[in-house]
Amino acid sequence: MSNNYQLKRVDFIFKNENDWEEVLSKNLSHTPQELINELISSELKGRGGAGFPTGLKWKLSAEAVDETKYVICNADEGEPGTFKDREILSKVPFKVLTAMAICGYVIGAKIGTIYLRGEYFFLQPELNKAISEFKYYCDEIKFDFTINIFMGSGAYICGEETALFESMEGKRGEPRNKPPYPSSYGYMGKPTVINNVETLAHAYTIFNFGAKRFYDLGVQYSRGSKLYSVSGDTPKPGIYELELGMSLSDFVDEFGDGDTKAVQVGGASGFLVPRKRFNETTIGFQGKLTGISLPTGGSMMLFNSSRSMFNVLDNYLVFFNEESCGQCTPCRVGCQQLLRGIKAVKSGEKNAQYLDKLLRLAETMQYTAKCGLGQSVANSFSSIVENFREEMIY
Amino acid sequence: MEKKIKITINGETVEIEPGTSILDAARQAGVIIPTLCFHKDLCIAGNCRVCVIEIAGQKRLSAACATPCEEGMEILTNSFKVRNSRKHIIELLLSEHNADCTRCYKNGNCELQNLASEYKIMTQDFIRLVPFKNYTIDMFSPSIIKDDSKCVRCQRCVRTCAGLQEVNALTVAYKGDKMKITTFFEKTLNDVVCTNCGQCIIHCPTGALVEKNYIEEVWDAIADKSKHVIVQTAPAVRVGLGEELGFEPGTRLTGKMVAALKRLGFDAVMDTDFTADLTIMEEGTELLMRLKSVLVDHDPEVKLPMATSCSPGWIKYIEHMYPDYLDYLSTCKSPQQMFGVLAKTYYAKARNLQPESIVSVSIMPCTAKKFEANRPEMHASTYRDVDYVLTTRELAIMIKQAGIDFVKLEDMHFDRLMGESTGAGVIFGATGGVMEAALRTVYELVTGRDVPFENLNVTPVRGMEGVKETSILIENPLKEWSFLAGVELKCAIAHGLDNAKKVMDSIVSGESDYHFIEFMACPGGCLGGGGQPIPTNPEIRLKRAEAIYAEDAGMPLRKSHQNPEIIKIYKDFLEKPLGEKSHQLLHTRYTTRKRY
Repeated sequence: MSNNYQLKRVDFIFKNENDWEEVLSKNLSHTPQELINELISSELKGRGGAGFPTGLKWKLSAEAVDETKYVICNADEGEPGTFKDREILSKVPFKVLTAMAICGYVIGAKIGTIYLRGEYFFLQPELNKAISEFKYYCDEIKFDFTINIFMGSGAYICGEETALFESMEGKRGEPRNKPPYPSSYGYMGKPTVINNVETLAHAYTIFNFGAKRFYDLGVQYSRGSKLYSVSGDTPKPGIYELELGMSLSDFVDEFGDGDTKAVQVGGASGFLVPRKRFNETTIGFQGKLTGISLPTGGSMMLFNSSRSMFNVLDNYLVFFNEESCGQCTPCRVGCQQLLRGIKAVKSGEKNAQYLDKLLRLAETMQYTAKCGLGQSVANSFSSIVENFREEMIY
Repeated sequence: MEKKIKITINGETVEIEPGTSILDAARQAGVIIPTLCFHKDLCIAGNCRVCVIEIAGQKRLSAACATPCEEGMEILTNSFKVRNSRKHIIELLLSEHNADCTRCYKNGNCELQNLASEYKIMTQDFIRLVPFKNYTIDMFSPSIIKDDSKCVRCQRCVRTCAGLQEVNALTVAYKGDKMKITTFFEKTLNDVVCTNCGQCIIHCPTGALVEKNYIEEVWDAIADKSKHVIVQTAPAVRVGLGEELGFEPGTRLTGKMVAALKRLGFDAVMDTDFTADLTIMEEGTELLMRLKSVLVDHDPEVKLPMATSCSPGWIKYIEHMYPDYLDYLSTCKSPQQMFGVLAKTYYAKARNLQPESIVSVSIMPCTAKKFEANRPEMHASTYRDVDYVLTTRELAIMIKQAGIDFVKLEDMHFDRLMGESTGAGVIFGATGGVMEAALRTVYELVTGRDVPFENLNVTPVRGMEGVKETSILIENPLKEWSFLAGVELKCAIAHGLDNAKKVMDSIVSGESDYHFIEFMACPGGCLGGGGQPIPTNPEIRLKRAEAIYAEDAGMPLRKSHQNPEIIKIYKDFLEKPLGEKSHQLLHTRYTTRKRY
């Protein structure tokens, strides 16, 4: 089927940035409630990977009663294999800024902050230029909204929204307990909307063309398009905007090198899908009635048969051993046990059954870790060990 | 009041106040959920995950300490999933912990050990992580030993040091597998702003933070026939010791404690309360002198408010944090050090002993006292004034080691010369006590009348409020003190260094116009000290405070200046408060320290 099937390419995000002034002033003439309704009816979900309904997020913050509120753009793009936000911020920064301003208007915030990944310092000069141009226009139309940049310091965990707040507050980047959620208690304890860069770019599309054009893309529960960062064993690595809900086999037909053994969906904290499951796996948010549906922040890593899945997993676990914030037991100690565990099995110090104990541990980590990251660090372990057990042992 | 909400815990319906955490709701319903990083004194961390529970309809488990109840929640605290997960978490903690329990100082009083025992973790399948790490033990502080290999990263110490005490000597550094609790630039505790208050020790669930103990040294001294070993006991010890020996918190055990010390083989058992009374004589007089210098002589060199100087944790704190304000401190040594210097001078002379043959031991509710005794200026007797400082916990260990059946002991009295005390000395152990004792004496000194409170109980200075204030109007003073007529003596009391900081900041900003302030480093005063029995919490501290005030109320003499041994020491040895000998022996100076 692959020969005549075309993946539905979409071209929203990187196009039509020049009309941002018009989009901004046009939307400011609507009521906040109208804008929220528009966003809700688009069924846009967070593009950072967790997939929380964006309209609902804005609504909750809009309803929170407080004089001071904040809009934060999460540009701490740290997931291994993800590089789409960098592209958005360098190619179409005004879309992000406009969506932040509209969000500020909707919820009643006057300050927006872009939390920029430490390694993206080179984006800062251009982004600052865009911000001052944007500010100039806001002043011109007498709209009170200021955007600034906060530079991250290189910790992966600070992409987790509450750890990001802590980091911005000058503290150690460690996730907070939830509840309270950011919509009522975010940065500085104030109601805060925090959206991924791409989410904001999509919001711009919706505010520009209306919810329907966005909603018409994708499948049930997974509406709209999504940017994918394609990497690994592929002849054409890069960033692609595709409709949500595609099947993994279609994806591999398009991007694979003909020898694809597995695809890691969602980066190091995502799931590995082996070839035998390509057909039944779709890319989108959970809630689909049949088959497996995997969300992703955009990272799609392809592996061909030359790759050792043991090495792949080892690499992920080394990453998490370094990047876990270390505060909660399941994530901090669990990661160490998984890493040392697979090495011990490989070297024969532990027998193969030890992997089963580690799989149960991985389940505990998913159930009990304090934050979204901790709950997902064991995903790659479970999916790799379940599907490539023999490669772990021999 | 908001309407109560209904939840079920393990199928039983419970009605609770909105906002209650699942942990508290379960406790109210008689369901125990194990915890590790949770402590009543501290903010919620929710990081050990031992208290995870299942909420019906949720795939993931939640931390009971950090999750508020919501209407209709169905909570399971002992489901298959909860049990397995909890066991895993305890196993993980043990895999990272240097579980060499028999060689651990906290063996038998360790929350991790209790959890392991409860969940019967008999096998250790997970890989032991300790050998892979470069752990070091910090033993440089005279008060505190920090052993990272036993740390479970619950951050109770960090929350204590930052939140409860606002000292921030301990902090979290690095991330992932290298995450650890450490100090500024990973210096030793001796080289950072640590005040040695020991609050981290009594909040640590394991043996990662313990006091430096001097038990063997004291046993050796007792065994040495050529040594005359004397011991002093601080006021708060007698109301805390029982907790280590099977009594309820707040049991007064002065007589039994004295009997036990005698059985341990100390040559003389005397009382820090005696020098507490002496401190009041010196400090009270100093306060009056300062008032005179400021109000009458307008001497710009003399500073008010005068701050108390009994708490060595507080002293080190102000030396680090407010080095420009050391002139505000009373120059009086703490009761421990007054006792130490008198033991090797006054007592030695009276008993016809060579000072070098005397080994002076003190039993303190405090770890900072170990540091204090070690200060270079504390050699006024020309010998080290206090040789060994033991905490209440160390004394309990010695009593157990000696095979003393504490419950059966008959009450005994302190030995003479420096063993007599008044109620004023006893209340030094509670927050507000020094203030109350001082007011009882100072007011009478100035007016010739009792302090104007029923039964001498200066109630506004009592209680557990963080900062307490009171003022006393001085009317019809004696002729000598006529300049104080109509003066409203303004006093404040702060306990816990976070509260001390508040008061100090108000002095720095010039907002406050106090004359006299009592500062105690630990919450509740000495009775909540870092050397007291573990565990500690607000209820326990309250019971200890009640015991202290009951002890005071039961004393025949309750004003320091009435203490016959105090009268005697001034007559025979010191001559008068702030006299030459006092200056030489009982007063000290302070050291400017840096913050880093």
